[in-house]
Amino acid sequence: MGNHVTANQVQSRAPRSQQRQAPPVSPAPDAIGGTVSVEIDGKSIKVPFGTTILEAARQAGVRIPTLCYHEDLCVAGVCRVCVVEVEGMRTLQASCAYPITQPIKINTHTRKVRQARRHIIDLLLANHYGECYACGRNNNCELQALAKEYGVDFFRFGHPEKPRFEIDRSSHSVVRDMNKCVLCRRCIRTCIDFQEVGVLEAIGRGDQTRVTTFLEKPLAEVICINCGQCINRCPTGALRANDPTDEVWAAIDDPTKHVIMQTAPSPRAAIAECFGLPAGTPLTFEMNTALRRCGFDKVFDTNFTADLTIIEEGTELLLRLYKALVLGDKTVALPQFTSCSPGWVKFIEHFYPEYLDHLSSAKSPQQMFGALIKTYYAELNNIDPKDIVSVALMPCSAKKFECNRPEMCDSGYKDIDYGLTTRELAKMISEAGIDLPAMPKSDFDDPFGTATGSGVIFGATGGVMESALRCVIEIVTGKKVEEFYDHADIIPVRGFEGIRYVEIPLPEKLGPVIDLLKPLVPNWDWLAGATLKVAVAHGTANARKIMEDIKAGGHFSECHFIEFMACPGGCLGGGGQPIPTSPEIRAARAKAIYAEDSAYQVRKSHENPVIQRIYGEFLTEGPGGHKAHKLLHTHYTPRGKYIS
Amino acid sequence: MKAAHEGPLTFAEVQPNDGLKAALARKRPDVIAEITRSGLRGRGGAGFPTGVKWNLAGAASGEEKYIVCNADEGEPGTFKDRVILSQYPDLVFEGMTIAGYVVGAKRGIVYLRAEYTYLLPQLESVLAQRREHGLLGHNILDKGFDFDIEIRLGAGAYVCGEETALIESLEGHRGEPRNRPPFPVDTGFVRRPTVVNNVETLAWAACILARGAEWFRGFGTEKSTGLKLFSVSGDCERPGVYEFPMGISIGELLEEVGARDAKAVQIGGASGHCVPRCEFHRTIAFEDVATGGSVIVFGPQRDMLKIARNFLEFFTEESCGQCTPCRDGNPKLLEGVRLLEEGRCSMRYLRDLIALGETMRVASKCGLGQSSPNAFLSIVKHFPQEIMGRTPQAV
Repeated sequence: MGNHVTANQVQSRAPRSQQRQAPPVSPAPDAIGGTVSVEIDGKSIKVPFGTTILEAARQAGVRIPTLCYHEDLCVAGVCRVCVVEVEGMRTLQASCAYPITQPIKINTHTRKVRQARRHIIDLLLANHYGECYACGRNNNCELQALAKEYGVDFFRFGHPEKPRFEIDRSSHSVVRDMNKCVLCRRCIRTCIDFQEVGVLEAIGRGDQTRVTTFLEKPLAEVICINCGQCINRCPTGALRANDPTDEVWAAIDDPTKHVIMQTAPSPRAAIAECFGLPAGTPLTFEMNTALRRCGFDKVFDTNFTADLTIIEEGTELLLRLYKALVLGDKTVALPQFTSCSPGWVKFIEHFYPEYLDHLSSAKSPQQMFGALIKTYYAELNNIDPKDIVSVALMPCSAKKFECNRPEMCDSGYKDIDYGLTTRELAKMISEAGIDLPAMPKSDFDDPFGTATGSGVIFGATGGVMESALRCVIEIVTGKKVEEFYDHADIIPVRGFEGIRYVEIPLPEKLGPVIDLLKPLVPNWDWLAGATLKVAVAHGTANARKIMEDIKAGGHFSECHFIEFMACPGGCLGGGGQPIPTSPEIRAARAKAIYAEDSAYQVRKSHENPVIQRIYGEFLTEGPGGHKAHKLLHTHYTPRGKYIS
Repeated sequence: MKAAHEGPLTFAEVQPNDGLKAALARKRPDVIAEITRSGLRGRGGAGFPTGVKWNLAGAASGEEKYIVCNADEGEPGTFKDRVILSQYPDLVFEGMTIAGYVVGAKRGIVYLRAEYTYLLPQLESVLAQRREHGLLGHNILDKGFDFDIEIRLGAGAYVCGEETALIESLEGHRGEPRNRPPFPVDTGFVRRPTVVNNVETLAWAACILARGAEWFRGFGTEKSTGLKLFSVSGDCERPGVYEFPMGISIGELLEEVGARDAKAVQIGGASGHCVPRCEFHRTIAFEDVATGGSVIVFGPQRDMLKIARNFLEFFTEESCGQCTPCRDGNPKLLEGVRLLEEGRCSMRYLRDLIALGETMRVASKCGLGQSSPNAFLSIVKHFPQEIMGRTPQAV
C-alpha cells in the first residue's frame, strides 16, 4: 500500500537556466562525511554537501533577503537580491543558487553586498509602475518590504510615470498587470514546473523582456487552468484575482436582493492569516457572524453540498462499477475521476480531453449549492429566484471561472453569481470595520445548516476520497466505518505526498442495499471480498504523472476512483487563499481542517439529516435521478491544447 | 606578425592531422599534460586554462560526454573565428576530435553563429571528407576511437556566446545563462560533462599536439603563452585579422596596423576595456589587458560618449533579461550617457552610475552583465574632461 512519487529537481520542466543545478555528486576530498564547514558572518557551522548558502544561512540564523526565491519552486537565481560575498571570489554569489561544496567563508552584509542589494532594489523600483496605496498588495508586498528593509527613501534611478502594458482582464479568474511585474519569474516557474501547465514564459531580450502567454494572447484564450497558484507566489501586485467585491457590495446594498453566502471549508482555516493570526487558526463561526454583519441575508455551509456531492458521486461510482463488473458494459469509463476542482477540470479538458468521460458528471459542491438555492431554497421560502444573489466564498480563483461556465445555469438563472476568494472576503470584512477574530460565534443558517465532517475535509488533499470511502464502505457493508478505521479516520489517504495509492479490501459479507439506492442496484454480492483501488493526487504536476501512467496502461489505470485536486495540498492551498503560501502554512491549515472534522457529531455524508430530507422532498427520484441529474450534474468541454 | 589578408597564418604551417595522429598515439593523460604544459588558455577571452578544463571533463563521471565548439562569434569587432572557420576548418574539427579523445566524448557539436550560415555548406563538406578519410566517425585512424561532429545554428542572440546560454540554446531552450556552479565540465549539455571551447582554442590545441608544447611556449609571456589572432578594426590604415604573440604591447600592435594617432583602443570588444593613449604601453595578455581578440581603434576625432552609447545600446538590447543588474542596469547607464551628451547629468548622478556599474560587475549572473559596464566605466574614468561639461541642449 502506498506508492509515493515525490517532486524531483531532475524532472523539472522549467528551463534549466531557471534551476539550481544539482551539485557534483562527489563531496570534495576535504569534506568529511558528506558535510562541509562554512563560516557565515563569523559563525561556523557544518552543513551537508551541496547545501545552498541561503539554506546554510538560515540554519545559522542569518537573514538573507530574497525575492525570486520561493520555497515551493525550483531556484532561478535571477533577481540577485540575495547576493553575498564569498571570500576569494571576485564576484558576489546568489546565495539561493550557490551550492556549498567546499569550506568557504561568507559575508552577508559587507559594503559591496549592501550597495549591490540597494542598487538592485532601486532598479526594480525604477521599472515598477504604480503607487503602493492603490495596490491590492499594499502591506503584503515583498518589493515594498524590501524597499523598507533597505531604507529606500527616494527613487535613485527614477520611477515610471506611465504604464507600459495594458492590464489583461480577460480571464474570469486571474488579472495580469505587467506594469507591476519585477520579472522574478516565480509565475513562470509556478506554471511550468510546479503545476506543469506552462501558460507563461519570458519573451524579448534586455529591457524588452516580459512575461507573457503563447502568442501574447489574453489569458482567457490560452490553456490557463485558472488555479491561481501564480497569484499566490507573485511577490507584487502584478497578478491578482478578478475581484467582484464591488458587485457583491452593490447587491448587499440593494434592498430588493436576497444575498446568500455559502462558505467553503478552506477559507475558514486560512482567513485568520489575513488578520495577523497564525496559519491554522480556524474562525468558522466568527466568520458567520462577520458575514451577517456585512449584510449577507443568509450564510450557508458549502459542506452541505459537499455531502450531496459525495452521495451523487459515490452513487455514480457504484453504478459505474456495477455496469462494468456485473453487466459487462465495456463503454463504462473507469477509473472515475473526481470533478470538484475546477482547475483540474480545465486541466483535463485541455491536456487529456480524450479522458473526459472518466470525470464524474457530478457538479462541484459550489455549483450544486447554486442550483439548489435558486430552485429548492427559493421554492421553500417563496422567493423569486431572480432576486437571489448567490455568492460563494472559495479558497479558489478557478471557482470564478467555473461559476461563469455557460452550462452552469441549470436553475434557469446563473446558479452562482459571484465567487469570492478568502482574500477578497477579508478585505470586505475589514472595510465593514469588523475585527474578525473578536466576533462572537454563530452557526450556519437553516435549512442547510447541519453538515458533516466529511464535507469539511474536502478542503484537504485526500478529503474527497476519504469522505467518499466513508460513505461507500458503510453503504456496501452495512456496518459502521469505525469498525474498519478508528474514529472513521481513513489515514492512508491523508498526507502531503504528491501521489498516494491505497487499496481498500472489502469484507466477504456485505450488507443490504439501502433504500435510496434500491432502484439502481439489486445487491452488493458482486463486491464481496473485492479490493477497492483508489488514488489521490494534488497539484496538476502530480495529476499529469497519473494521467501519463493511465495513458501508458500503468497500474493507475486499474484504479476504480481517483481524486484529483489542481492545487498543492488541495483546496487549502488554493489560488484564492491568503498570501504567502508555503508547505508549512498549508500543513497548518490542513491540521485545522482535520480538527474541525473530528469535532463534528455526524461525520458521514449519507447520515446528514438534511441530505435525507432533500432526497425525500425534492430530489425524489434519488441520487442520479432525473431531477438530480438536471440540477446536480454537468458535462465537460474537450478543449485541447492547440491554440490558433 | 602575420596578417590574414597578406598571406597564410601559422595554422597553414601545421601538417593536416599531425596533431590528431600524435594525440591518438599517446595516452589521454599525456595529451592533457602536453596541452597543460603549453599554457594554452581559452581564446574566447576568459582565458581559462584549456588543459585544466579538459582534465576536469575527463575526470567527471559519466559515460556520455560532449565537446562543443563555440563558434558563436558575436563580440562586436571580432571576426577572427570567421577566418579560421573559412580557411582552416580542418584544424578546428581536428582539435574537437582530440578533445573528444582526451575526455572520452563521442559527440561534438559546433554552435555556429546565425550570421555565419553561409559557411555551413562548406563546413558540412569538410566534415563529410573527414568521415570519408576515417578522421571522423567509427574507429578513427584505426585506433578504436569513435567521434563525430554535427553543426547547429544559433539564432542571433549575443548572449548565446556565453557557454551555459549556448548549452541552453542547444537544448532548445531560451538562450539564458545558467547558475554556476556546477560548471559545464560537470553538468553541461543534457546534463552531461561538456567541454565548451572557442574555435581558435581548438585550432591551437591541434597545432600544439602537432608541434609540441615547447614550440607554443616559445611565443608570448609566462602567463599568456603562444600566438593569438586579433580582429583589428576602426580608425586604422590596415584593418583585418592579425596573428601576434600574446604579450604584445598595444602601442606595437597599433604601429603594425597603421594607427599611430589613435586616441583610445577598445580591447576585448563591447565587453572589454577602453584603453586611453597614455596606457598604450600596456600589454595584451591575461595578466594585463585580456581579450578574445577584438581591437577597435578610435581616432582623435571620435566622440567617446558616442562610443559608450553605442556599446550600451548593444547591451541594453542583448542582455538576456534574466537578472536585474544587467537587464535594468544597462538601460540606466545608457540613459546616463544620453544625459551626459545633453549636458544634463549631475556629478552626483554620475557617481551613482559609476557605483551602479560596479554593482553590475559583481552582482550580474553571467559574464555578459559582469562585463557590460566595462566600456562605460573606463571611458568615464579616462576621459572625464571630454564627457563632462557639454553644453546643455534645449529640451
